[in-house]
Amino acid sequence: MKELENVVIRFSGDSGDGMQLTGTQFSTTSALMGNDMSTFPDYPSEIRAPQGTVAGVSGFQVCFGATEVNTPGDEPDVLVAMNPAALKANLADVKRGGTIIVNNDAFSPANLKKAGYESNPLDTNELDNYKVIRIDISNLTTEALKNLDLDLKAKGRCKNFCALGFTYYLFDRDMDSTIKWIESKFGKTPVLKEANILALKAGYNYGGNTLITTNRYQVPKAKIEKGKYRQMQGNAATAWGLMQAAEAAGLKLFLGSYPITPATEILQELAKFKEFGVKTFQAEDEIAGICSAIGASFGGALAATTTSGPGLALKTEAIGLGVIYEIPLVIVNVQRGGPSTGLPTKTEQADLLQSFYGRNGECPTVVVAASRPSDCFEMAYEAARLALEHMTPVILLTDGYIAQGAEPWKIPDIEKEFRPIKTRMVDRKLAPGEQFLSYQRDPKTLVRPWAIPGMAGYEHRIGGLEKSENFGNVSHDAKNHQRMVELRAEKIARVVDNIPDQEVFGDKSGDLLVVSWGGTYGATYSAVRELRKEGKRVSLMHMKYLNPMPKNVGKILKSYKKILVPELNMGQLQHLLREKFLIETIGYHKVQGQPLKITEVVGLINRELESL
Amino acid sequence: MSETTTYTKKDFVSDQEVRWCPGCGDYSILSAVQTAMTQIGKKREDICFVSGIGCSSRFPYYMNTFGMHTIHGRAAAIASGLKIQNPNLSVWVATGDGDAMAIGGNHLIHALRRNVDINIIMFNNEIYGLTKGQYSPTTKRGVITKTTPYGVVDHPFVPASLALGCDATFFARAIDTDVKHLTSLVVEAANHKGTTFIEIFQNCVIFSDGIHEAYAGKATRDDNTIKVEHGKPMIFGKERNKGIILRGTRPEVVTIGENGITEKDLLVHDKTDDNMAYMLSRMKFPELPVALGIFRQVSAPSYEMDVEAQIAQVTSKKGAGNMKSLLHSGQTWNVG
Repeated sequence: MKELENVVIRFSGDSGDGMQLTGTQFSTTSALMGNDMSTFPDYPSEIRAPQGTVAGVSGFQVCFGATEVNTPGDEPDVLVAMNPAALKANLADVKRGGTIIVNNDAFSPANLKKAGYESNPLDTNELDNYKVIRIDISNLTTEALKNLDLDLKAKGRCKNFCALGFTYYLFDRDMDSTIKWIESKFGKTPVLKEANILALKAGYNYGGNTLITTNRYQVPKAKIEKGKYRQMQGNAATAWGLMQAAEAAGLKLFLGSYPITPATEILQELAKFKEFGVKTFQAEDEIAGICSAIGASFGGALAATTTSGPGLALKTEAIGLGVIYEIPLVIVNVQRGGPSTGLPTKTEQADLLQSFYGRNGECPTVVVAASRPSDCFEMAYEAARLALEHMTPVILLTDGYIAQGAEPWKIPDIEKEFRPIKTRMVDRKLAPGEQFLSYQRDPKTLVRPWAIPGMAGYEHRIGGLEKSENFGNVSHDAKNHQRMVELRAEKIARVVDNIPDQEVFGDKSGDLLVVSWGGTYGATYSAVRELRKEGKRVSLMHMKYLNPMPKNVGKILKSYKKILVPELNMGQLQHLLREKFLIETIGYHKVQGQPLKITEVVGLINRELESL
Repeated sequence: MSETTTYTKKDFVSDQEVRWCPGCGDYSILSAVQTAMTQIGKKREDICFVSGIGCSSRFPYYMNTFGMHTIHGRAAAIASGLKIQNPNLSVWVATGDGDAMAIGGNHLIHALRRNVDINIIMFNNEIYGLTKGQYSPTTKRGVITKTTPYGVVDHPFVPASLALGCDATFFARAIDTDVKHLTSLVVEAANHKGTTFIEIFQNCVIFSDGIHEAYAGKATRDDNTIKVEHGKPMIFGKERNKGIILRGTRPEVVTIGENGITEKDLLVHDKTDDNMAYMLSRMKFPELPVALGIFRQVSAPSYEMDVEAQIAQVTSKKGAGNMKSLLHSGQTWNVG
């Protein structure tokens, strides 16, 4: 058996073939076996695109390793292709010399035609550069299930477990956890339970019967931090992070939202937790989503709204209302390819400037970003913490890549790592005759107090019209407006005193600093780590707090000869850095709906180091 | 409510100077609502007025309660969120025909459909006042406005028919200057569980002065409007001698004492009868008197109470959740 440090495997088939499930099972098993890992699903925007066509191909990629894994991997070492369309859609991505496991039965003339093949690629020299394993997966499955009382179609549906079983043999995986999963999932229908277990074992045994052991691989346990782990997907982590913040603040969580890819899962996830008192409101549109949250915030909830790019555009006016009200509000934007409807299921980071500037008037707000699937938990908590402690809307940026990706997550000690949040809720009775000044600010933070309906004596009105300093009454006074615009800006600027300093991975000065933000962390970190092992003088500054930026960012930027800013947009962070620090940077702008690859960043860094 | 507090109208007057035009219908609406608030059995701090944009939307500033002046058209959505967050509040939306029926149309119909327990008061003057005289979704065809110098060619909404089409569980109509009637409807709305919608014929003295005068004017209203009351025959007229009967499926005006018609022949209003409510909504002057009062009131589950019920039900089954056990639930594994 050969030992490997890490492996990237992509399961690919028709969108009805159950590839997401297969991939999830493979990754859960690998995590339980002690590997570090990272996953990413890749599915078409059509729910059921025409069967057998390239448009209908659904994939799930997992990278599992004996060392630290930070991305789902650049290129698959192994491709499982359940039909010709899956082969066609993915072949270009597969590493040269990689392994391709095909369901031989599915390569019928009709399926080949649907996939756009004129001749069967298994019979030509098209796959000469790969190790091809042809298995009659469909037949193998129906043969294994021949004694079961199930129709042929139902038997055929078990073929994904047969394919999974084969990969389990190939990579010496333990079948137990998947068997347990099948038992609990199909417990009520014994025949389906038996069928799927038989299919899984048939695939596994087929491996044992046909492969000689030297063709098997082992990926040993990873040396990762000790502790108790669980799988965490980005969108679920965002949902849980908001719940964590509500608990830490002693408030109830309210989510006003409207379904939109790829953010919908946060609404779906939060809708489950009635026993936490979470209220989810599926509104009639994006605007009502944020507006209901604004109403709930005025009523004393930790209020949030979740969306993706086009939805953020629709929420623009209401965010402005939140800014002038100065009420706590979390806006989660799970970015996708734009403009307009763009690429709904593909990833991009092109809403950074929209988050900074996409509103009428002088309308500053806090902007933070999550760096990886499990980090969505911490950054959702942080977004809520800053919203509550500073009485302001906060925009949390994630993206389709980390929102749908998953990875093992060391379960935090919440008492230590997520401290209670102190809100600005008024907590004393007013003296007789005392007037509540709704916009009287804390001198240090410039934050106003929070009084909610139900509090006797605190009756007050807030509005979208400019208000007088301290009193909050409508004011059209020229000097007052200038003052209030400046105060609102300064209030956001002072959030800097309540966020951690920027960290740098690597030396504090050197030849090259890579600056990244948000969901590209896995690729930029892995690339920098790899090159540092080779002795290259490169460091990484990965940003999670974008507005305001941590105090030490300017100093860090001045400590390197060159600054490289790779982004999944046309240079938006680069623009902000140039504007704020008057420095020249080298940009790398990828807008293909795909994440950065580690090799891509390694190449970029090497190119810049060579030209120093 | 367990505790009762006695308020006078003055308790609901805020310290802000009222800035509507002299003679504006909004003054009498404000007065009626302030009086009504003393009769709804709610503490002042448990009342919140929410508005959008427009002349009517200045309303919250003048009420000495909690208040939110929001953005154009969105009051119903914001009020919904507030009520769902805290079902104990008495939540009111002050809005106009432009705010509620044009830019806010989507939020209005969905609030009515969901039956969130909020109270919507729509001031209908068939014009955009604050932007100075453009036609609204309730302006009649042919009317000359700033944006229709040759007359409106849009077909207008009938707010009552629209609300009933949304299955509104409470719809009523009133005239701004009939303060007593309006006050009683506001109190009825406060006591109704679910979304209430009151349309008020409001007179804009600047841009659509006299638009409702033919039926709502003090001299004409007795003969040209009919105040419906549940369980009572449909009688109207200065002399209280006119009534409504059904001929086939259509309403018709009759005179009591003529052609053998007696009070017993008249339609009796049933606010739970959907067909009757719709019929009332379609009655147009001058063919028929314009209907006022509560057209429809039926009892139905209110959204926020169902939300609370689900939370209570799931919590009693699963126990109150906490993050620590959630994080450790499901599939976990130990490393090292």
